[in-house]
Amino acid sequence: MSLKAVETFVTEDGRSIGPVILEVKDITLKFGGVTAIQNISFDIRGGEVRAIIGPNGAGKSSMLNVINGFYHPQEGEVWFKNELRAPMKPYQIAYQGIARTFQNIALFKGMSTLDNIMTGRFTHMSSGIFAQAWWKGAAEKEEFSNREKVEQIIDFLEIQKIRKTEVGRLPYGLQKRVELGRALAAEPRLLLLDEPMAGMNVEEKEDMSRFILDVNEEFGTTVALIEHDMGVVMDIADRVVVMDYGKKIGDGTPEEIRKNQVVIDAYLGISHD
Amino acid sequence: MFLFDPFFWEVVISGLLAGVMYALVALGFVLIFKASGIFNFAQGVLALFAALTLVGFQTGQIPFAHLLEALFGLHASHWGEGMNTVLALFLSLVVMIGLAWLIVKIVLRPLVNQEGIILFMATIGLAFVLEGVGDLMWGANVKRLDVGLPEGPSDFLLDNTGMFIEKLEISAAVVAIILVVTLMIFSQYTKMGRALRAVADDHQAALSVGISLETIWWVVWSISGLVALVAGVMWGAKSGVQFSLSLIALKALPVLMLGGFTSIPGAIIGGLMIGVGEKMFEFYIGPMIGGATENWFAYMLALLFLLFRPQGLFGEKIIERV
Ligand SMILES: Nc1ncnc2c1ncn2[C@@H]1O[C@H](COP(=O)(O)OP(=O)(O)O)[C@@H](O)[C@H]1O
Ligand SMILES: [Mg+2]
Repeated sequence: MSLKAVETFVTEDGRSIGPVILEVKDITLKFGGVTAIQNISFDIRGGEVRAIIGPNGAGKSSMLNVINGFYHPQEGEVWFKNELRAPMKPYQIAYQGIARTFQNIALFKGMSTLDNIMTGRFTHMSSGIFAQAWWKGAAEKEEFSNREKVEQIIDFLEIQKIRKTEVGRLPYGLQKRVELGRALAAEPRLLLLDEPMAGMNVEEKEDMSRFILDVNEEFGTTVALIEHDMGVVMDIADRVVVMDYGKKIGDGTPEEIRKNQVVIDAYLGISHD
Repeated sequence: MFLFDPFFWEVVISGLLAGVMYALVALGFVLIFKASGIFNFAQGVLALFAALTLVGFQTGQIPFAHLLEALFGLHASHWGEGMNTVLALFLSLVVMIGLAWLIVKIVLRPLVNQEGIILFMATIGLAFVLEGVGDLMWGANVKRLDVGLPEGPSDFLLDNTGMFIEKLEISAAVVAIILVVTLMIFSQYTKMGRALRAVADDHQAALSVGISLETIWWVVWSISGLVALVAGVMWGAKSGVQFSLSLIALKALPVLMLGGFTSIPGAIIGGLMIGVGEKMFEFYIGPMIGGATENWFAYMLALLFLLFRPQGLFGEKIIERV
């Protein structure tokens, strides 16, 4: 841990990524008789795009749920920013700077795009029901600066046209985009994306890949990404973890993964769409 | 023409005023249902408990006096003359907020992720416990509640329009309207309000942006406590604080069927419709069929409505998944 925390890492593209910001160690997660995750360890470095791949039911989503506190593993440790993390509630983890999107879109369907993304700034709003004297002084200023951030995100994701639209009415691809916007609004240190491109057409996938790369490059946001499309993964990931039946069967750069025989046999050899 | 008949307008207006009160009680249900998916059977008892507490503070009752007498032989039932209404209202609100906190910690937290029906049953239990505690704390006798609101018919309306409208009902409606508008502003423009709507829409997503469910539940049950306090005070001022007060919840049920369980505008419009419909029916049809229609009219209207629009006036359309 100590060494990794300072070492940097040079990727295949010659990008230098930072020291480890999150590390899962020997995680085991069971649901009754089902072992969703079995003794898995890996790390995520600051500023990288880290992909998690594997067939359906491999335990990928469960892993993200462990990282953001929805699931509590029976065994193992999560280290974040060089500290062993005590068991926490998801909302506390959000305050630590981890934001996410969901495999099955989880938006506030009755709210507009604007309100959804604004709600993503929850951790940046001063707390207390009474502290926030409505629309007065400090609260007004804060609301204004939050608005500004939200507008930047809306511009960045090119969704100005649907600012005021109730998100429940939006097509699937745009909903995914709004959900990304809401996660970005938190200005997270670590962004967890669970199949952000599932169900998208080629063009939508290209847009989404571009947004993810831009976020990563412009704001230095660390991204952990679950994705089935190997083309996309090889394109945008710096390093890849491969899971199968709850076990880790590979971990390395895209090039290493492509050559890894175990991974080829278990996953890459077959089609996944 | 009936439109120029002051009696017609008297019926409409008193119906609207009663409707505002129904809407208020229904609103308490909707808030909790939206935020936590719980149908809160205890809402009526909350109103009773709030009113009992208010009277207790106002008249200087010692809580649990009978219990203290039985256990320690203390004979005093009052600590003094009581306190002024404003202070008593404030302290009652504090008690309701404290109660909300206890409910979240003792009832809701252990039952998180349980089925709706289990939570519903928990609130039935809560209703009985609260009724018992209310009895034990403040006694079971009927109490007069006077919060200093004007009483008797409005002379102004009587002289100028010939309508007989109770001042108390007008004030109750005004207070209810202020409360509803305040809640709307709170929910639209504050961080907590936005969080409340977020939780109502999607628990998981709300958690992921940093919203604590327990805090939201506490806020929601506190607001319901406030709504219950206002409803309890208004109802109590009209007909005394007694255990039948908890039955006002039964008035809210048809309102909810009409307005939908998840819609705040639905609760308001539904309440008004039932208030007006009930009074009109009672005055124009009632005499022909022997009166006492107010007991069942609301349910009949709601049932008719259910046949044609099961999701209520503003509820989301329910589409069967196949
Ligand atoms: N909340 C849960 N309750 C019970 N079993 C679960 C739960 N979440 C995941 N699982 C099980 O854990 C395994 C891994 O699921 P998941 O993490 O969703 O896989 P992936 O995202 O890789 O497709 C599956 O067998 C799934 O049924
Ligand atoms: Mg998954």
